[in-house]
Amino acid sequence: MLDVAGLRVRYGPVEAVRGLDLFVAPGEIVALLGPNGAGKSSTLNAVAGLVPAAAGRVTLDGADVTGLSAEALARRGVGLVPEGRRVFSGLTVAENLALGGAAHAAPAERRARARALEARFPILAERRDQRAGLLSGGEQQMLAIARALMARPRLLLMDEPSLGLAPQMVERVFDLIAELRDEGITILLVEQNVPMSLEIADRALVLANGRAALAGSADELAASDAVRDAYLAV
Amino acid sequence: MDTLIQQSINALSLGGIYALLSLGLAVVFSIVRLINFAHGEIMTVAGYAIWFALAVSAPVPAAILSGLIIAALAAVAMERTAFRAMRGADVTTLLITSFAVSEIIKVLFQNGISARPVPVILPGWLTATVDLGVARVGMISIISIVAVTASLLALGFFLRRATLGLAMRAAAEDFAVVRLMGVRANHVVALAFAISGLLAGVAAVLWVAQRGSVDPLMGATPVLKAFIATVLGGLGSLPGAVLGGFVVGIVEVFLQAFLPEAAQPFREAISLSLIIALLVWRPNGLLPAPVTARS
Repeated sequence: MLDVAGLRVRYGPVEAVRGLDLFVAPGEIVALLGPNGAGKSSTLNAVAGLVPAAAGRVTLDGADVTGLSAEALARRGVGLVPEGRRVFSGLTVAENLALGGAAHAAPAERRARARALEARFPILAERRDQRAGLLSGGEQQMLAIARALMARPRLLLMDEPSLGLAPQMVERVFDLIAELRDEGITILLVEQNVPMSLEIADRALVLANGRAALAGSADELAASDAVRDAYLAV
Repeated sequence: MDTLIQQSINALSLGGIYALLSLGLAVVFSIVRLINFAHGEIMTVAGYAIWFALAVSAPVPAAILSGLIIAALAAVAMERTAFRAMRGADVTTLLITSFAVSEIIKVLFQNGISARPVPVILPGWLTATVDLGVARVGMISIISIVAVTASLLALGFFLRRATLGLAMRAAAEDFAVVRLMGVRANHVVALAFAISGLLAGVAAVLWVAQRGSVDPLMGATPVLKAFIATVLGGLGSLPGAVLGGFVVGIVEVFLQAFLPEAAQPFREAISLSLIIALLVWRPNGLLPAPVTARS
């Protein structure tokens, strides 16, 4: 589904991603792990079209999409749940959802999708007319995910969805990601929570200094000494 | 008593025009962080469109309509030719670009038509006065108040109800995420300019109707006042821009009407001092735009 080859991302003189290769097959969860500054978010942002790739190729379903704008990629079925949630805090929950589907569905269809998502996330129905800025962190994360789902993405990029959430909520978010995969959405997940990511992911890459230091199936990585020492201190 | 009512109506009428202009500035600023110094020239372009339409004996409604349409088109064209290439540039770079646009348009009118005002012949009923019982007021003041109210309500409705209106409010908070939703950035920006142009067009119609002439510099003074109004209201805040516009207009009219003769030469200084005092009291403006945290 997604194929990234030789990706480089630069911010001025700083090179955040230095020649990364990665592929995501349809229907799998691939986790991008690694310390802060390893280039995980930059990779997601480049795939989503938010930052330009300095070099490399991004292929989506066999078509070269390198350099396409964020809006063009969104229309091709790429969704991003951004780091820090970034819900529109001055807009109501309903308005946030409506905007999520704005470019993808006619108003009637949009309302139907919003109703379906409200059934899935009852808190969003309860808070429908409240400003999104008033929601708790966990509720905002649910809204950010629901907003991305309004577009019915085929590939969902998720940037640190569990960051800053209460432990119970973290569990909920990981369960949800696994559910979405089971519903057929392909997921590229950036996470700091390595143990839980490896539990739900099919495959994983560990990034260091903008390159893939380790790659393999989630089970292999969970069993590897390098990952155990660095992230799964027991 | 009737002077007070009369002047209140004048104040609301002038304040309303400033409100439309400052709202146009704020709509653009909230989305592209551009302080558009060429906003006054959109008014000027609309003014000349009205003058031209009436000069070729178009009916008044057609002349007004052409003023509005030309204003919206002028604003969109400005974005397309000058500001789009500068998108994402520093606020100062954008500001200086807008100075250039403003100067170019002024010079084009000065050299292409005339540096002097050209009269706009208006129908008699527009310049008549109306007896409200308690006071006699200009027809145009009443029309201004109605037109401003209608424009503000229409914009409010659009921003709350239309999908693109939602996208505009969201873009003022976080443009990148709006693009992630698949909404085309160029559409949102073009729409913001079209709306700001349309508001400047309404302001131009009312301004020309009050003055009865157009000149290449006609937009400069009202837009300067509108700038002050946007800062007073809180830069980037739409409700703030409207409130700021009314405050600036009301202060101006009331000082003109009630300041003693001897103090009149200091009118502008006094009104600006009042505004500075308000800003000392509320440094972020009367109704500041909400601060959104971006990661």
